[in-house]
Amino acid sequence: MLERHHPAPLENREVIIRVRGIEVGFGEKTILKDLDLDVYRGEILGFVGASGQGKSVLTRAILGLVPKRAGTIEVLGQNLDELSSSERRLMERHWGVLFQQGALFSALTVKQNVQVPMREHLDLSDRLLDELAMLKIEMVGLKPDAADKLPSELSGGMIKRAALARALALDPDIVFLDEPTSGLDPIGAGEFDELIATLQRTLGLTVFMVTHDLDSLYTVCDRIAALGEGKILAEGPIEAMLASDHPWLRSYFHGKRARAALAGGA
Amino acid sequence: MAQGTLAHEPQLKIERAGNKVTAVLAGPWTAEHARVVETLAGEIAAQADRHHLIIDLAGVQRLDTLGAWVLDRTRHELGGSGLVSDFVNATPEQGILLNEVAYRGFQELPKPKPSRFVDFLVDVGRTVAEAGNDLVRGVAFLGQLVSAFVRVLLNPRRFRGSAVVNQLEQIAYRGVPIIVLISFLVGAIVAQQGIFQLVKFGATPFVVDLIGILVMRELGVLLTSIMVAGRSGSAFTAEIGSMKMREEIDALRVMGLDPIEVLILPRILALIIGLPLLTFLASIAALLGGGVTAWVYGDISPDVFLTRLKASIALNTFMVGLIKAPFMAMIIGIIATLEGLAVAGSAESLGRHVTSSVVKAIFMVIVLDGVFAMFFAAIRY
Ligand SMILES: Nc1ncnc2c1ncn2[C@@H]1O[C@H](COP(=O)(O)OP(=O)(O)O)[C@@H](O)[C@H]1O
Ligand SMILES: [Mg+2]
Repeated sequence: MLERHHPAPLENREVIIRVRGIEVGFGEKTILKDLDLDVYRGEILGFVGASGQGKSVLTRAILGLVPKRAGTIEVLGQNLDELSSSERRLMERHWGVLFQQGALFSALTVKQNVQVPMREHLDLSDRLLDELAMLKIEMVGLKPDAADKLPSELSGGMIKRAALARALALDPDIVFLDEPTSGLDPIGAGEFDELIATLQRTLGLTVFMVTHDLDSLYTVCDRIAALGEGKILAEGPIEAMLASDHPWLRSYFHGKRARAALAGGA
Repeated sequence: MAQGTLAHEPQLKIERAGNKVTAVLAGPWTAEHARVVETLAGEIAAQADRHHLIIDLAGVQRLDTLGAWVLDRTRHELGGSGLVSDFVNATPEQGILLNEVAYRGFQELPKPKPSRFVDFLVDVGRTVAEAGNDLVRGVAFLGQLVSAFVRVLLNPRRFRGSAVVNQLEQIAYRGVPIIVLISFLVGAIVAQQGIFQLVKFGATPFVVDLIGILVMRELGVLLTSIMVAGRSGSAFTAEIGSMKMREEIDALRVMGLDPIEVLILPRILALIIGLPLLTFLASIAALLGGGVTAWVYGDISPDVFLTRLKASIALNTFMVGLIKAPFMAMIIGIIATLEGLAVAGSAESLGRHVTSSVVKAIFMVIVLDGVFAMFFAAIRY
């Protein structure tokens, strides 16, 4: 079992992502409305919510991939709307993203995938470029012979790991993980959770993790935020979630699956 | 940090005391400064000769995987020549990182030595073998197609009429404007060149025979086939290929649906119906283009043009062009399908197969046209 680490009390910690009053919609439909969220440096935040509530949309809005209609987003103390394009590029070095489907470049090998952001943002010697890519590939628990494989030759779990290696290529401060363990078997998912916790400790990462996996919520997340009706329904440690009396949270955290995870995880 | 001012670059100071060398590091040892980090690490190695090395991390503001890797690599390489070195004053986080990143060599996977000449021979051999395989696969696929067609004929409820109509719209109806335009222009150009040459012999009116026979027998069907291979063959390969990439074809199979029946037969049927129709339109457009040029440029009035045209072409001239069209459609459809089904994994592979679908289809259309020319000459049709 993983050793739970104990982050500093909330009030002393730096807010690394500050979302205020954000509104996102497509056409007539409003997905997120007046949503506030804080993510603290060095924590693993689990982000839950029923399917289709807009978890991926919020992640994409923070990353600037979908336009927002109102609100501000500050990352590392900088308002993303006020950045010049060169500041924006610098900002992009501070975050890494693991997309829901992995989004590895299909024409490149795993190693070349990991090297894409390195080539783009860093000035490295050929030797270091190679060594560093191999190091990241090993750090995410892939065998060295996976390095020269194409994404189409990898299993689902390996794709997630390779995509994580690419997300970590620049030693980011923040990593966004969109359902990293969905589609993995329970043991593979457990190992992936453990990997994220280990990497979080070694690299001092802040992790924003969209997940449906109750085991992940129990074992690796420091704090949980629940999304529903376009807003944050509740946030706080798992105990706060269990105590909440919102109907969706109650059925989510007190259902049969949840009790099983609680028995196994606590 | 301990330092009063923040350094913007990694820094190194070497201090010697007795048999010990201390490398005092400061500043950010991170990937942004990869070149400096590597140079300084080289300097540490050079200075540390024959001494006990201490690497003091007290002044390091930031250490990332790259910094830790290069430092540990240096330490490891010095260790190889029997020199002891230690890290001191690392924060707990830096300690964890240095541990995790502990240097290890990555053995190079052996790469085959390239030889241009051998590569060339291998390439030629492979191309020839591939062409042979293509032929076999094409014939085998034709068999599957015919058997699917027979199955549908025996059980007409399985015939997907709406899919055929849908494809007909894509292949034929939407292709009309561009195919008509191009045929009109080519007809006009051929007429202009014909008049230009024939006028030297005082035989200008023969341009009508030239246009009539050329367009009906060859140009109409060739232009149409080439345009359809470019327009619809490529789309067809891309559709089948991306469905293959996303396992949609396998999904059809496991649901008990035959991909050939569901996806391919409607498209090929639509091609077989659509291509002759387009050929007809293209021929009319080319004749029109030729007629307009003959009138404007060669002073052949429409009346004369039509009379001569009637005399020079017979039903068989028209039929020769039209008979070829369904065969061209088959060739284009089969090549497009096979290329689509050969797509594997990457987006790049999809692009490659779309290109090769168009190139092979156009090539085969021309080859087939040549075969038909010999055939019709032999039977004097
Ligand atoms: N690009 C888009 N255009 C229109 N609607 C979208 C788009 N992206 C997402 N949506 C809608 O937003 C809602 C939230 O989607 P998503 O964030 O993917 O859900 P989840 O919480 O499962 O990740 C869904 O109803 C989806 O249909
Ligand atoms: Mg999602």
